[in-house]
Amino acid sequence: MSRFSPEMADRARALVALYPEPRSALIPLCHLAQEQDGWLQVDAMEEIAELVGVTPAEVRGTASFYDMLHTEPVGRYVVSVCTNIACLLGGAEELLAHAEATLGVRAGGTTADGVITLEDAECLADCDRTPCVTVNHRYVGGLSPEAFDQLVDDLRAGRRAEEIPPHGTLVRVRRNGGLRADPSRVAAERAAMAEAQAARAREKAAREQREQEAQGGAGGGGGS
Amino acid sequence: MAVTDAPRIVTARTAYEDSYTLERFLATGGYEGLRKALSMTPEAVAAEVDAASLLGRGGAGFPAGRKWSMLRKDPVTYLVVNGDESEPATFKDHLLVERDPHQLIEGVLIAAYALQVTQAFIYLRGEFALGLERVQQALNEAYDHGAVGTDIFGSGFSVDLVVHPGAGAYICGEETALLESLEGKRGFPRIKPPFFPAVIGLYGQPTVVNNVETMSNLPWIVLNGGQAFAGLGGGRSAGTRLFALSGHVKRPGTYEVEMVKTTFRDLIEAPVYGGGVTGGREVKAFIPGGVSAPWFGPQHLDLPLGQDEVGEAGSMLGSGAITVMDSTTCMVRAAWRVTKFFARESCGQCTPCREGSGWLERIMRRIEHGGGREEDLELLLDACDNISPGLRWPPQQTTICVLGPSIPSSIHSAIDMFRDEFLLHVKEGRCPFA
Ligand SMILES: Cc1cc2nc3c(=O)[nH]c(=O)nc-3n(C[C@H](O)[C@H](O)[C@H](O)COP(=O)(O)O)c2cc1C
Ligand code: SF4
Ligand code: FES
Repeated sequence: MSRFSPEMADRARALVALYPEPRSALIPLCHLAQEQDGWLQVDAMEEIAELVGVTPAEVRGTASFYDMLHTEPVGRYVVSVCTNIACLLGGAEELLAHAEATLGVRAGGTTADGVITLEDAECLADCDRTPCVTVNHRYVGGLSPEAFDQLVDDLRAGRRAEEIPPHGTLVRVRRNGGLRADPSRVAAERAAMAEAQAARAREKAAREQREQEAQGGAGGGGGS
Repeated sequence: MAVTDAPRIVTARTAYEDSYTLERFLATGGYEGLRKALSMTPEAVAAEVDAASLLGRGGAGFPAGRKWSMLRKDPVTYLVVNGDESEPATFKDHLLVERDPHQLIEGVLIAAYALQVTQAFIYLRGEFALGLERVQQALNEAYDHGAVGTDIFGSGFSVDLVVHPGAGAYICGEETALLESLEGKRGFPRIKPPFFPAVIGLYGQPTVVNNVETMSNLPWIVLNGGQAFAGLGGGRSAGTRLFALSGHVKRPGTYEVEMVKTTFRDLIEAPVYGGGVTGGREVKAFIPGGVSAPWFGPQHLDLPLGQDEVGEAGSMLGSGAITVMDSTTCMVRAAWRVTKFFARESCGQCTPCREGSGWLERIMRRIEHGGGREEDLELLLDACDNISPGLRWPPQQTTICVLGPSIPSSIHSAIDMFRDEFLLHVKEGRCPFA
């Protein structure tokens, strides 16, 4: 499945409604798609584009900028090992080498059983517990090689499933109400924005027309 | 050893197991600052913050009160909280977001009221999965409690708050990149001047961007008065500040200390803070303010933790991240890793930053792995000079944002302080520490 399920589509629309400008929901919707499918599939990007009013290429172009958004499949669990400065001082390179050896994949790769994608991560802001490891962005503490092996066993056996939800953000907590952005102001802003877009389009059309006329005058007539 | 008796301002609650719940928050003075602020005029609240001399805690250290006064008064203005925290070895906002989300929300509401902003956003790095949950949960509770939304606490003031997740990109911590990201785009920093966020920000409207810790100080400032805050610390550095202490210390962690009255040595050695260097070894060097900052050596340990004091000594307190490297550390490797970070995170808009970081990373890697040449040292400094001419501090900037000029800091420091170590790598054709 890669279009949003009806329930997910409702959540997507609620997210769009939070912002004065729909496009702001683009990244939250990408997280939502990853919650549903694990990664960002083509259909999902198309649907997100429709929901926020941009082209699918713009969704892909934006998503590809961000490390957490995956336009290729990833494992059920993304295991990130930070190797940045504080973790480096705490043995992160050694841990990453151990992880690569035991999982049989290089950083960036996914195990053959599709359970684990290993990442060589930049600082994850948990630098007092080194080397820092996260699973689907849940902190599991600084790990020794032995503790890492235990973690992998637990993940494969599904023993951490309760504690470590699938991909996505705000998976376990939803915004449950309160005032949304003031609808009248949103409407006014959207109208102003649409007007500005229309004005730009008119200008562009006029400019193109002028250019065409100039060309037409010189070259004599355009094709069909 | 100077452990001052300054109150804990932003970490007063964090020791409670349930510090993030509304119950604990209300039982410990929560939302009292907001109630007090709402009983004042917005101008009076802003004046308290100005009197507090609260310097921004995100990295640049710009006075919050001054930033607020620069906000162009338009019908639509926005407040955006920077919780992107991705400067390597920085993990102080992580604590505030997970352990005291209501305090953050209260701070944001106070700022929104002072600025008369009716729409605010808390941008948190996407990797803060638990932090995002905690803040959203707290926000849900705050709505139910009447602290946010329409007519908050019956004051007539209405404001909406949205928790917004990032998606993994260091550059989105730069405030204009953050705004681009919040608009649903790639995190490309905007060219400035002329357009600072206070003039043209989110959706082209005037916007104030402040750090999580900056915001978290506001409830205390309103409750206790700007003067009380300004009375702590010294010089331009008022109040307390969070320092994220990492690397080779016995007790790495986030500590709130009084500025200026505390020194690097106090923080690293005091039993209640770092507890000394691991294994009783010596400090070889330390990074005083995140990896964008030039390094310090043992001779700097007695410098006070003050913005100007550290600035005059040739570095910065930056993001409040202090990383200690002991005598066993290979300085080439440390500087190489930092350079690799910049090479990976450069957004690619400016040639010196994009190309320079890649070249520097490759040369550093080659030296660390034994394939370096003596000329490489001059090559490194030359490439650094191309990114930030003159290699001065504060750095000269030829790029759109200051990520570029931050790249030379660690390389320049490492070569300056540990040239012998580089030469030893070259001579032996391997890393002498490996
Ligand atoms: C490359 C780069 C990364 C930054 N990252 C952060 C960050 O993660 N968090 C933050 O608060 N400020 C960060 N800043 C600073 C912000 O641009 C901005 O100055 C700050 O959020 C303003 O808030 P303050 O005045 O409260 O400090 C960064 C700046 C640069 C150039
Ligand atoms: S200096 Fe580097 S990170 Fe900043 S805008 Fe230029 S290329 Fe991007
Ligand atoms: S350096 Fe590894 S989590 Fe910060």
